[in-house]
Amino acid sequence: MRSDMKDIAKQMRIDIVEMLAAAGSGHPGGSLSACDMIAVLYFDKMNVDPKNPEDPDRDRFVLAKGHAAPALYAALAQKGFFPRKDLITLRKSDSYLQGHPNMNITPGVEMSTGSLGQGLSVANGMALAGRLDGRDYYVYCIMGDGEIQEGQVWEAAMSAAHYKLDHVIAFVDHNHLQIDGNNDEVMTVNPIDEKFRAFGWNVMTIDGHDFDAISDAIDSAKAQQGKPTLIVAETVKGKGVSFMEDQVGWHGVAPNAEQAKAAVAELMAQ
Amino acid sequence: MNSATREAFGKALAELGATNPDVVSLDADLSCTTKSGTFAAKFPDRFFNMGIAEADLMATAAGLATCGKIPFASTFAVFATCRALDQIRNSICYPMLNVKVVGTHAGPSCGEDGGSHQAVEDIAIMRSLPHMVVVVPADDVEAEKVVHAAAEYIGPMYLRFARLASPTVHERDYDFDLFRGEIMHEGNDVAIIACGMMVPRALDAAKQLEAEGIHARVVNMHTIKPIDVELVEDCARTCGKIVTIEEASMVGGLGSAVCEVVAEYCPVPVKRIGMPDIFGKSGPGADLLDEFGLSAEHIIEVVKSF
Repeated sequence: MRSDMKDIAKQMRIDIVEMLAAAGSGHPGGSLSACDMIAVLYFDKMNVDPKNPEDPDRDRFVLAKGHAAPALYAALAQKGFFPRKDLITLRKSDSYLQGHPNMNITPGVEMSTGSLGQGLSVANGMALAGRLDGRDYYVYCIMGDGEIQEGQVWEAAMSAAHYKLDHVIAFVDHNHLQIDGNNDEVMTVNPIDEKFRAFGWNVMTIDGHDFDAISDAIDSAKAQQGKPTLIVAETVKGKGVSFMEDQVGWHGVAPNAEQAKAAVAELMAQ
Repeated sequence: MNSATREAFGKALAELGATNPDVVSLDADLSCTTKSGTFAAKFPDRFFNMGIAEADLMATAAGLATCGKIPFASTFAVFATCRALDQIRNSICYPMLNVKVVGTHAGPSCGEDGGSHQAVEDIAIMRSLPHMVVVVPADDVEAEKVVHAAAEYIGPMYLRFARLASPTVHERDYDFDLFRGEIMHEGNDVAIIACGMMVPRALDAAKQLEAEGIHARVVNMHTIKPIDVELVEDCARTCGKIVTIEEASMVGGLGSAVCEVVAEYCPVPVKRIGMPDIFGKSGPGADLLDEFGLSAEHIIEVVKSF
């Protein structure tokens, strides 16, 4: 693991808070919970190069939980796909940074997402294409834990196992909260691991904020042959900003200027 | 010759498979009857049966398209366009991906399976999606040309095919233009604008009307979106009145598309023939068409009524 991963993720979190405050709307909770996985993917694991964004051999990333777009944008900007100063245009009427990812206008975004439950199927399609073309790229996908209430996720879980898509590595960002409350109050999702295992997946459960654990899980997934891998990432919604942590109210509400200032100060000190 | 457009789809897709390595086929446990199975038999590595899971079918096709493949995702029209609508909207049309959505067994000619299986709303739904092209070929010869044209065209497209065999009205070597409607019978008293297997019925009606001294122009409007505005406008100016006929709901389909053009550019009376905001039912497909007024006799009646 590179030594500056903590700084990379910290910068992403600061960017997330600042762009959401500038936008005045958006989803901080799930962006901050998914942040460390996205950081490890873009800065340690994935073969992606902003100078060669169409490389057919590049790894793909599908943010199935499209509302965490700010986390993806923060990573792409820091990676060099577009200028960091543009992040504050998020959700503005002339911006190429849409509220949910749009592959046609944002450099580095591999798939338009937003309607939950569709990303894993798309990732499977990308992996099937890679197999047809004899390429060795991996397709990563991050789903929300509430998202797996969508029936299509289980259709896709079935087909990934059926087609033995060992180049699909999916995460469930298990922060336990969704808009209306705790997952298991809204609609029971647990046990996530046993469900995917029963569908024929290789399944691991890790601390989704531990860079080494994320990295090791991906390495282990790549060693797995003949099965897709699901990494259940135990995370904290709003991770890194104490007043947002584990608070369902911060699912889809942007911080105001004062709250953003406090959040950034807290993140800087970490 | 009588042949079903779905048969032509299977044949043309298999032909494409031989010439275009990027063409892939996906189906939802209906390949034997949508006829994508013809492709599957020849190119098993490029065929993916997704099981009875239409949402997964469409979004997996989208993923393949992001990597340069040309997926034809086929199932019954009713399941493709209704059950998987969100996937077609958000994973295919919104990102403008090069997926060909293939709906077979469309309309009441689907027959005995009944109203649950007979798509009547599919044209209206697909037509309302930004970036979507909507094509309803008139016969097997045109269906083959449409499949080849679909592989050439880059972007989302909905191809509507029928279960029931219907008369072939095209010569094998005719020139097909995806974005131009086709005048198949000339006349200037009334224009009959049709799509799908209503085209042979419109031609039949025109011949009978001719004997009575009524000269009807028959237009095969295979591509309903984007519609050939110029030709619709010309029909309005030349004929002064228009009858539309489609094997689909009168709400939002070909008739609506024609009315939109006529109302905006050249207002003339239009009468629409189609399913009058009802679902279909069980019965032999050919009989159902007649029962629902999707017949040459009904066209003649409507033409004479104004």
